[in-house]
Amino acid sequence: MSAAVENKKDGVMVEVENLTKRYAGRAAVEGLTFSVRRGEIAGFLGQNGAGKSTTLRMLSCFMPATSGTARVSGFDVFLDADEVRRRIGYMPENNPLHLDMRVREYLKFRARLKGLSRSQSRERADVVVQQCGLADVTNKVIGQLSKGFRQRVGLADALIHEPELLILDEPTNGLDPRQIQSVRQLIKDLGRTHTVLISTHLLYEVEMTCNRIIVIHQGRILASDTTENIQQLMSGRGQIIAEIAAPMDELRECWEQMAEVEHFEIAASEGIYHRCALIPSSGVDIRPRIYQLVCERKWGLRELTRSRHTLEDIFLHLTRADREEEL
Amino acid sequence: MQAYLTLVRRELGSYFISLTGYVVIAGVLLLMGASLVLLLESLNGQPVDVPVMELFYETQFFWLILLLATPLITMRSFAHEKFAGTYETLMTTPVSDAQVVLAKFTGTMVFYLLAWVPLLTYPALLRHYSTDPLAVDAGPVGSTFLGIFLLGMLYIAMGCFASSLTRSQILAATNAFALGICLFMASFLTRILPLREGWQTKALTHISIIEHMRDFVRGIVDTRHIVFYVSLTAFFLFLTLKVVEARRWR
Repeated sequence: MSAAVENKKDGVMVEVENLTKRYAGRAAVEGLTFSVRRGEIAGFLGQNGAGKSTTLRMLSCFMPATSGTARVSGFDVFLDADEVRRRIGYMPENNPLHLDMRVREYLKFRARLKGLSRSQSRERADVVVQQCGLADVTNKVIGQLSKGFRQRVGLADALIHEPELLILDEPTNGLDPRQIQSVRQLIKDLGRTHTVLISTHLLYEVEMTCNRIIVIHQGRILASDTTENIQQLMSGRGQIIAEIAAPMDELRECWEQMAEVEHFEIAASEGIYHRCALIPSSGVDIRPRIYQLVCERKWGLRELTRSRHTLEDIFLHLTRADREEEL
Repeated sequence: MQAYLTLVRRELGSYFISLTGYVVIAGVLLLMGASLVLLLESLNGQPVDVPVMELFYETQFFWLILLLATPLITMRSFAHEKFAGTYETLMTTPVSDAQVVLAKFTGTMVFYLLAWVPLLTYPALLRHYSTDPLAVDAGPVGSTFLGIFLLGMLYIAMGCFASSLTRSQILAATNAFALGICLFMASFLTRILPLREGWQTKALTHISIIEHMRDFVRGIVDTRHIVFYVSLTAFFLFLTLKVVEARRWR
């Protein structure tokens, strides 16, 4: 209990230490250690089969870990499973629902199952129906709803008992782009009032919705940090593209003289323009310098961009590093 | 308790919003109707010196209903939830494993009993059309229903156990049917084996559900029989609970 109080002060919602799960000797996840603070939207990022679902299942008390501990809001997921279950709203992968029930009936059923009183479950059902935009389909049979609506029903179910922590396993899987956008917005809105832990194999998704990223690969954590930090990790090495109308020789001379440019390539573009790809030494933004240079020499400039590193690059970078280590 | 009742209601309700429930009820009604025809046939014209319920029992349709309906009723209890994935959402709510097992058992059991309710009209019908006011005795009717309840309880528990083992409803039904048939067939061993005095014969007589039911329809309520069914039911529910808990051991 004292641990619970301590953690509340710290604002740590999820605390995982050395979590390992083996299936018949094969490790699905091994030695996971990470934490999620209260109020964060954390993204669990990994390829299919990386161990995301396994980890989330252990956090939601569906199955126990082989070794290691996990605490949610200070309660151990194995020893205080009931306390943990009361505090989490969990939506499994593929969002299983009772397809033969009606939306409102299902939500009330789930609320009662989670220990809400009859009047509370009615009230909460109304609230989550509004929150998740289900007002038009409350009396429809779930099996007849589109996938986007079903996803909303799953979210509404996860929310119905006002959990402290939402655990959503691939919440946008299998939706069309418009539905993805609306579900993502919903998750963002929920993030204002809840701690959210989502898993996904889509890199831009965590980038857009989460403020903490946990990258997992083959059952191990590659990186766990805030989204900005992870982006910063790579941003210094961002490549700069400049299309300048100038003689090739002069350009080459300029780049060679500029100390901040570590590496450059020049290719001919249409007409008099040359396309220069510059890699600056880390942490420096040389775009103002280039603009100055162009102004001084009265050259033409039609493009000046920094290719921002997406998580795709970060992910590939991290996994490559891992692979090299193995070799 | 609240979660238990909610689950029982859901379990029972699922029979009435899907086709399964109505198909089972229709099948049971058909078999019951056939038994009534045979029953009336044997009552027609000749004097009968056994209780009416024994005549019903002699038509053998009772066994068909018990052996065929129970696997169909129980097959979806766990298997369907596992197949649909709702097992995971169920098991991550603050509900204990024991509550889930007991709720599934209660729900299926109540449905099984509901399917038998039409049989109650038979004694009423016979009493209404019979010239002899003592033709239908409340005692044997009551004990017959007690027998139906007890035998059903065991078969439902076996069915739940079979369903908890698999994700496929077909397999669940087949396994439950196989278990049920084994127990039923064991009763015939007492008839096939030469009647020898000895513990084997005694033991076989003790587990003969055919003999048990014959006692019940005659109005004999033997505590040994009650203990037999209650303890075996508890045993199969215990096994089911262990299967449900088994996901924690893996």
